[in-house]
Amino acid sequence: MIRIEPRNTSSRAYAVGIPVLSACLALALAAIPLLLAGANPITAYGEMIKGVFGSVFAISEMLTRATPLIFTGLAAALAFRAKLWNIGAEGQLYLGAMAAVAIGSGVLDLPGLALIPLIIILGAAAGAAGMAVPTFLKTRFGADEVVTTLLLNFVILIFLQMMLEGPLQDPMGLGWPQSAPVLDQGMLPPLMERMRVHSGLIIALIAAGIAQFMLARSVWGFKLRAVGENAAAARHAGINVKRSLFGVAIISGGLAGLAGVSEVAGLKGYLTADLSPGFGYTGIVVAMLAGLSPAGVVIAALFIASVFVGADSMSRAMGVSSFLADLVVSMSLLCVLVGGFVAKYRIIRTNRGQATS
Amino acid sequence: MMDILNILLSESFWAASLRIATPLIFGVLGALICERAGVLNLGIEGIFVVGAMCGWMAVWLGAGLWGGVLIAALAGAFFGLLHAILTVPLGLSQHVSGLGITLFATSVSYFSYRTALPNVSSPPRIEPFQPLDVPILSDLPFFGPVLFQQTALTWLALAMVALVWYVMNRSSLGVALKAVGDNPDSVDAQGLSVYALRMGAIVAGSALMALGGAFLTMSAFDAFFFGMVNGRGWVCIALVIFASWRPGKALLGALLFGAFDALQVRLQTEMGALVPGQIFLMAPYILSIIALVIAARSADYPRALLTPWFKGQR
Repeated sequence: MIRIEPRNTSSRAYAVGIPVLSACLALALAAIPLLLAGANPITAYGEMIKGVFGSVFAISEMLTRATPLIFTGLAAALAFRAKLWNIGAEGQLYLGAMAAVAIGSGVLDLPGLALIPLIIILGAAAGAAGMAVPTFLKTRFGADEVVTTLLLNFVILIFLQMMLEGPLQDPMGLGWPQSAPVLDQGMLPPLMERMRVHSGLIIALIAAGIAQFMLARSVWGFKLRAVGENAAAARHAGINVKRSLFGVAIISGGLAGLAGVSEVAGLKGYLTADLSPGFGYTGIVVAMLAGLSPAGVVIAALFIASVFVGADSMSRAMGVSSFLADLVVSMSLLCVLVGGFVAKYRIIRTNRGQATS
Repeated sequence: MMDILNILLSESFWAASLRIATPLIFGVLGALICERAGVLNLGIEGIFVVGAMCGWMAVWLGAGLWGGVLIAALAGAFFGLLHAILTVPLGLSQHVSGLGITLFATSVSYFSYRTALPNVSSPPRIEPFQPLDVPILSDLPFFGPVLFQQTALTWLALAMVALVWYVMNRSSLGVALKAVGDNPDSVDAQGLSVYALRMGAIVAGSALMALGGAFLTMSAFDAFFFGMVNGRGWVCIALVIFASWRPGKALLGALLFGAFDALQVRLQTEMGALVPGQIFLMAPYILSIIALVIAARSADYPRALLTPWFKGQR
């Protein structure tokens, strides 16, 4: 007979080791699809590493890719800590991006010092509103936020297309469904000459720092964790659970909105309907790899961004589909889930009959 | 107003409603079986993609239409088994595991499709299921076109509603299945295996979900596109709550959704000049959210839904 029982000790080594091992395992497992696609895995891994770390440009690309993932990873990590299942970061990202171009592309001709903070605040507010609605439907009507946030992603994406063919369309854009560009002084400054990495990364790192501090050290963070671990007990202890949920919903949605702001006002300059290749969903994987810790989110986002940038470059060099990156990302999520089980429980072999003692 | 009335009275509208409802019928039934056994299966969206891709690919490689259906179901069952292992004996988060399965199944499908067909500009087509055209019956006024000129997969979906209803309400397996989603301890006390019942339900439910995907590439369309599932799986998760976990109401919910979707397409062509088309495209998703909000208050969730169960632990 086999019996499963919880481990008494949860060691720090597991908390760090499991995600690292999971990520490595997922990368190793990628050898199977690489072989099936007829590529030499060793060469392919070599191309991936070269594509991520081979030059300053490559590293800049990786950091550029990691920036929105830090935001969406934080959005998922904080919400999941409170057991608020925000799967809607993809839609909230686009709400933030829409707010950024709505305010930043010429309506207000302010100097940069005023325009940039305004874009950031309104973008975050739009994302926050996007998460406040499903949270209201949850606390008021008991409608499951998993389903509502998932469905709202589709609603928002269609709304975006409507805006890009309507009020937000660039009048100089020859009819393409894209927005007018953000004014030059509204753009987040680049971090390096002739490179794409921009100061959105700095904002993301500051956000992660604040989130880490608030979660670990503040009363707000304590309440949030209490609600997540046992909502009934938290309520009994006098914590206003609804208010805690709304608080984390607004911060989570706001962070996802910032991902959109940073992509539009830091990288692309204008908005199209393909701004995000699923950053919202990938943020969930980032958060899980990070063990829902904000500091871990930064590391996990760098890893996932490396996988995407490396796979893109490998794909160009060897002709293997870059969907390989999505495979690695999804496999690392499944690996870290199983790893979490290994860390929490141990499997004990017992003699038949003693199992129920 | 007259226009809407004309649409609602036309045969083609009701035929389209049933056609649009077909993949949802498969999906809602699949989700219903999983949830009745106590496990939420958010892998549904990805399993739809796998079913669509595998079914299409099998036919394209020469397996025949029913061979494709079988392979789609087996592929769905495989990913269901993965979800079952993660959530039942290992008892991991059903939310995260399900989303992981969706991401994994989707990327496996897309990667395989791209690897098999690296440089195609337009997706290759297969000869899909044709309308059955039952003699005499399909010439009946109204019911002929609506019911008897559908493809075999629509009929399979309707048969599945009857089968799931029978199993749930008239068989001892159904009693055990519902009990394992409400009170697994009692099932264990009867000497039945909680693990086997739950895992079996997830595997069977996932196979049904994959048939919903297969319908898309083998009946509704004749090719595989990226993004073709487009949230249908998530809609099913909302509809199963609306249907309060009953097969008959699941059919009703899917049909209502199909009718609404068919209506919005027709209104879009009639009123396209007045209102942006996207308003109509959004409507089905918003309708699902509204249906969920209305149903949530009185929803009688299976009591052990989302709660893992370990042998020997109470």
